Amino acid sequence: MTTTPTESPEAATPPPGSGPAAKTAKAAKVPRGHRRLLTRRDRLTLGLMAGLPTILHVALVWVTAFASIALAFTTWDGIGFDSIKWVGFDNFKELFTNNPQFWPAVEHNIIWFVALILIPTPLGLFLAVQLDKQIRFSRVYQTAFFLPVVMSLAVIGFVWQLIYNPDTGLINSLIGANEPGHYIDWIGDPDLNLWAILIAASWRHTGYMMILYLAGLKGVDPSLREASALDGANEWQTFKNVIFPTLRPTNTVVLVVTIIEALRAFDLVFVFNKGAEGTELLSILVTNNIIGESSRIGYGSAIAVVLLVISLVVIIPYLISTFRKERRA
Amino acid sequence: MHLTPSGLAVPGPSRRTLLRGIGGAAALGAGVPLLSACGGSGSSAGDSKTVTLGSNASDAVPKKAFAEIYAAFKKQSGITVDVNTKDHNTFQEQINTYLQGTPDDVFHWFAGYRMQFFASKGLANPIDDVWDKIGGNFPDAMKKLSQGADGKFYFVPLYTYPWALFYRKSVFAEKGYEVPTTWDQLIALCKQMEKDKLVPIAFGDKDAWPAMGTFDQLNFRTNGYDFHVELMAGKASWTDAKVRKVFDLWSELLPYHQEGAVGRTWQDAAQTLASKKAGMYLLGTFVGQQFTNKEDLDDLDFFAFPEIDPAYGQDTVEAPTDGFMMSKSPKNKAGAVKLMEFLGTPEAEQIYLKADPNVVAASTKADTSSYTPMQKKAFEMISGAKSLTQFMDRDSRPDFTSTVMQPALQKFIRDPKGIDSLLSSIERQKKTIFAS
Repeated sequence: MTTTPTESPEAATPPPGSGPAAKTAKAAKVPRGHRRLLTRRDRLTLGLMAGLPTILHVALVWVTAFASIALAFTTWDGIGFDSIKWVGFDNFKELFTNNPQFWPAVEHNIIWFVALILIPTPLGLFLAVQLDKQIRFSRVYQTAFFLPVVMSLAVIGFVWQLIYNPDTGLINSLIGANEPGHYIDWIGDPDLNLWAILIAASWRHTGYMMILYLAGLKGVDPSLREASALDGANEWQTFKNVIFPTLRPTNTVVLVVTIIEALRAFDLVFVFNKGAEGTELLSILVTNNIIGESSRIGYGSAIAVVLLVISLVVIIPYLISTFRKERRA
Repeated sequence: MHLTPSGLAVPGPSRRTLLRGIGGAAALGAGVPLLSACGGSGSSAGDSKTVTLGSNASDAVPKKAFAEIYAAFKKQSGITVDVNTKDHNTFQEQINTYLQGTPDDVFHWFAGYRMQFFASKGLANPIDDVWDKIGGNFPDAMKKLSQGADGKFYFVPLYTYPWALFYRKSVFAEKGYEVPTTWDQLIALCKQMEKDKLVPIAFGDKDAWPAMGTFDQLNFRTNGYDFHVELMAGKASWTDAKVRKVFDLWSELLPYHQEGAVGRTWQDAAQTLASKKAGMYLLGTFVGQQFTNKEDLDDLDFFAFPEIDPAYGQDTVEAPTDGFMMSKSPKNKAGAVKLMEFLGTPEAEQIYLKADPNVVAASTKADTSSYTPMQKKAFEMISGAKSLTQFMDRDSRPDFTSTVMQPALQKFIRDPKGIDSLLSSIERQKKTIFAS
């Protein structure tokens, strides 16, 4: 299952390279002058320039990825290589049937994605459309909404804790919900904490989406607007039937970015409450199992593999469709 | 000193594997070269005048206290202690990579299972020769705590601190409360406090370890020390009726705990006690660090968790102990042995306690005349105990306590119903972890 995804992007690559005729012609010409132009030293330099990054890439990305996949079928406490024991699918069996945190974590990752698509994304689009109208103080608004994106998620976690802290936080102090009897536990209550964190995540994501859409809107041909105005379309009709369809490439980028955000969600939650009840995430389960004095590296790797498979399932169709488009072009 | 919250993220799986794969374990213990750079980089393997020491004492108070010990050691022996301090939590997270790389000669660590684990993995040096010299300074309970599963000594304890129920003397005096010594008295006191508009027991479990302390108290009071040890060692079953009894008692006490514990840090919970909004608080003596006002600190007192089963009374005290171990192949072994011997003396402990009065000496020989009343009480409690426990995450496998028990106890605190399915889930997970 894991090998097909890694092959398919490569399988898809050759056509675009060999497709355009101009490119092949160039490629055929270059080697002739090549031999004369390049001294041995040049070749060595080029070899190093291409070789070193390749070695680093293979070692840091591919070897480690495959090592994690291999380790997912073992148990290992991280001490000495001789303590690695092969256990087949036991880790996965344990994970799917016996880990009370696994399914909630999968569910929360999905909720994370759906929430980001449904709330901050339309909101970002809305803000972008408003700002695109060249309203007054446009730059001030732009800066204000984009500011959270500049901050690290870990910092955002600290900031929002000041707001959510059930005893001394802003919200509970204002509404008096820090008294016994009518106590609201934003951070500890599993029915609330995920949503509390999602609001913080959305606060940042909105700005991100806004900037992406703003860039997309700048690319819309002004003559389109003109034409639709001439046809008598009102603002909403223009947006719905003319502008939005031209934002298609931006929408694809937004979708991919949001999926990635949902899958890598980690720092905010870790700072907030370390993935306690109600905020379990796959990335946090991986960390909790692997970091520590006596770690369950095999088990943690198994969770990482699940995360990898989910990522691939999402990303492969995207890559395939992108490469198809390129081939057609 | 505050046990192990799972802490911040450091190296991921892949990075760790990779570094180890290319023989880079040393690179992860990066503090070592860094340190020797700032502490006289010429000091290499052959230098008999320097001992390197890996420290997790990154907080200001203990850091300074330890520095004074090393200064005294230098004066006495002429050997310099080259200290490599790392952030407390980072040190714990990296410990096993650190010990497999090029660790310092001597390093800070904790007594109990956590010490035995590294001893049994061959990552620590047995120090029976040191104990021949310092053995007389310590009570038997401390000796037992310093031994690995093979019976050899691996650990020199420095200080310890008991867990107990803390309260403010002025509150108890004003309302006429009496220190409860039995379960029924405790429940009655909680009821009375509730009537008096106090939160009976302050509680914060955001860091996920404080609840373990409550479990420990309830378990060894109900089932005794031996059962507690068996349970922590993975031998007894979590579905045993004895464990069920513990959770039943806990369910009875839980309504008197502060609401919303999972969202609150222990520091914030301590503030409710400090501001007299809460009547009691179950924690270690380090709770005193949160009492920044001297008057408030003098008003702080504690009592042992009340008796549940008369057969066991109050004979067990939870007293996590911190100290030192020697790494598997120290560069300057003779110097390291000398340092360990010095650390095992009452003088070293006294130097430490002068600077950090929230803990007590591990040795019975240390001078207690300068102790605060609270230290004296803590000292008596520990020296009078029949058995000492460390803490759930020091007495059991850390991978079990952090990945299974921490979330399970948080779940229980949130929703005390459904104990049976929780316990059988713990038991199932325990079996796979202890089998690996």
